[in-house]
Parts: sequence; structure tokens; C-alpha cells
Amino acid sequence: MATIEVGGISRQASLVLLPDAAAGDYVLVHAGFAISLVDKQEALETLQLMSELLAEFEGRPADGEAPTGGA
Amino acid sequence: MPVPYIDDFRSPAMVRGLLARLHDAAAGLGTPLRVMEVCGTHTMAISRHGIRRAIPDNIELISGPGCPVCVTSNRDIDAFIEMVDAPGAIATTFGDMLRVPGTRTGLAEARGRGADVRIVYSLLDALDIARINRERPVIFFGVGFETTAPTVAASLLQARDEGLSNFYVYCAHKLVPPALEALSTAARLEIDAFLCPGHVSAIIGARAYDPVAAKHGIPCVISGFEPVDILQSLLMLVRQVSSGVAAVETQYSRGVRPDGNPAAMQLMLSVFESSDAEWRGLGNIPESGLAIREEFAAHDAARAFEVDVSWSREPSGCICGQILTGVNKPPDCPLFSRGCTPEHPVGPCMVSSEGTCAAYFQYEIQTAEL
Repeated sequence: MATIEVGGISRQASLVLLPDAAAGDYVLVHAGFAISLVDKQEALETLQLMSELLAEFEGRPADGEAPTGGA
Repeated sequence: MPVPYIDDFRSPAMVRGLLARLHDAAAGLGTPLRVMEVCGTHTMAISRHGIRRAIPDNIELISGPGCPVCVTSNRDIDAFIEMVDAPGAIATTFGDMLRVPGTRTGLAEARGRGADVRIVYSLLDALDIARINRERPVIFFGVGFETTAPTVAASLLQARDEGLSNFYVYCAHKLVPPALEALSTAARLEIDAFLCPGHVSAIIGARAYDPVAAKHGIPCVISGFEPVDILQSLLMLVRQVSSGVAAVETQYSRGVRPDGNPAAMQLMLSVFESSDAEWRGLGNIPESGLAIREEFAAHDAARAFEVDVSWSREPSGCICGQILTGVNKPPDCPLFSRGCTPEHPVGPCMVSSEGTCAAYFQYEIQTAEL
């Protein structure tokens, strides 16, 4: 079992379906079980791809609509 | 700490940009595009964020059989309710199932008659109830897709290892890819593209949809749940269709790997084996469900508590079956918002927080033609 934080609240989740999860990882949790790691790098790349797409559409440089990239 | 970049996936600027891009791309489509989403959480997100009204008119979003409670047949619901009558039994279920009416009665009514029906958030809670009540049978109603089934499998392994002989599961789990294949070949539906579920895919992986794209020529995009995710996924689908391609793409790459979660899949298949399953609305689909393997038979409620539900039938007047296959929309049902509301639901699509009728009732009723 692991302690996870959901919207500022501490809860317990089972890692039996995600044995490789380590402290500090972001995980998808379904019904009390962690089921997948959330890949920060992939999230960033998805956003980057989208802002490039939008910039290209609007004829502006890629950083014109760049996301804030917050925490 | 908040989930990384979550605000960006809800960014109004990003949504505006994607909508403009989508309108531009859809203008080039020859015929209207029928996209089916097969995930109750997507159905709710699409309604809640007003996506149906914001996207181009020639993209039609059809809600498919993605709500676990909704696709559960009355026969399974009736069987579980009959089991609750076993002496001393404690029924455990996810909350959504409580108010779904069966043929004669629902779980809520059974509880009103004195049956011990308890809502659990997780299988971990159901196991705790079994530990505390060792002398009473504790039966869990296993509904849902590949996201939930591994958690049920894990609980059955745990029960066996702990010697919790009073813990049982009534297994009505369903598998998503066989249903998509069945929907692909249903000529009357004419589905052009699938918006594939995010959390199911986190378990089964993107490759699980390859047959749908390759064999049936239907483009698939696995989507996240934020507005930006859904709009980007629609754009990816329009691009596939425009260029005559049918492939499986993953927009939700931050949560879904090509092979999914092999540990969870392995655990699920060590406890369950595939079997034919009856879906509300779709009928019997070969190899589209899960059954408890022989070695876990001692925990199988269907084997331990034999019940006769030959009298089971679907609710009359309710067109939930047609809603689940996208043949009809909720406002097409004569009961929608009249005899059937979230307070007094006739069918499961109005009960569940992931049901299509509930989504329309809560968020889209002002645009529905009543």
C-alpha cells in the first residue's frame, strides 16, 4: 500500500497492479488501485505539439500560444 | 502537488485554438463524421464541457456502451439481487449499481426490505468487510471493464492467500475491444471513428485496438479526459479520415503505453478467462466477457449461490439498449425527462453518473428537442 495525494487529501492506494511505482511518481488511480504512471515528459510533449500546431494554423511562431507549463 | 500541466489541458486559449483548427479541418470532410466515444467518463466530459455544441455540425458524437453499470444486463442484476437473499449475506457494490432497477426490484429496494447491501469505493473495502464478518458470505458485484477487472482479480488472489473463504465475486466483467469489433460490423450504425477510452487503455494498451483499425478500417484515437484532450483527439480523427488512413493513435500518451500495463493484464488473466457475455443493448458477444477460472471457483458467487432468473427481462418502454449502441439519442426516448429522471430512473443510462441519459439530463437538456 502507498500513501497518495488526491487534490490535497492523503489517501491509501494499492500498488499491486503497478509494482514499479516509486515515491514521487504521479499515478492514475482507479477504485483504490494505482493502474498507470503519468509520464510528465509525455504530457509536456503533447502540449508542445499542440501549441506548434496552433501556431502554424494562426501563422505565428511556435511560442505565441505556448502553455504556461505550470507545476 | 497538483498533477503536472493539468491546467494547460483545460486552457481556454488552447480550447479556442483547437476549435478553430477543428472547424477548419472538418470543412474539408466530404460526408459528416460519426464518432463514437466508448467511455462513460468521456460521455460526461463531452456533455459537461459543452463540446457537442462547440464542435463543427458535421461531426456527430455518438455515445457508445462505455458505462459499466449501463451495459450490465438485467439478468446479471437480477441474479445478484437473488444472491443477496442468501442467509446472512452481505452484498457489496460500487455506488452506481444501487439504484439500477432490475426486473422485479433493485438493490436499493432490496436494502429497504432488510437486505445488507453496502456501497464500497474499492475492492479493498469489500475485503475488509469480509475480514470483519468471517462467518457471513460477502458477495461483490463485479461489473466494469478492463480498468476494474484487475482490481477484482487482485482481491480474489488476496482472498485466496488469506483464506477468506467467505469472500465471493459475481463476475459480470466485460472487455472493450470485442465490443468495438461488434459495433464496427453493425451496418446500421455506420461508425466512422472511435474515441477510445483512456483508463481502459492504460491497462490493455494501444495495440489492443489494432484489429479494429486494421480489420475494420476504423480510425481509433485514445483520448484523455480534459477538454483539450478530447478536441485534439477529434482533430486527429478528422485528419486520419481526411487522408484515408485507419490507424490507432494515442493522444493520451501521458497515461497510456503501447503495451498498457502488462503486470495488471497478467494478474487479470491469471484469475479470469474470456467468455461469452451478454451486453445490454448489444446482446451476446462471443469472448467479450470474463469468467472466474476453475482454480478460484470457491470464490465464484455464480457457482456457490445458484439462482433461477429465467423470469428476467429488460424494462419496458426504456430504450437504453438503443442509446448504448448509438442508434438513438436520449431525447428520442418517450420516457426521457418525463417518466425517467435521475431522481426516478427507469433504466441504467439515467442512473449512472456515467450514463448517457444522465449526461444529457444534467448538461444538455436545454438544447434537447423536448
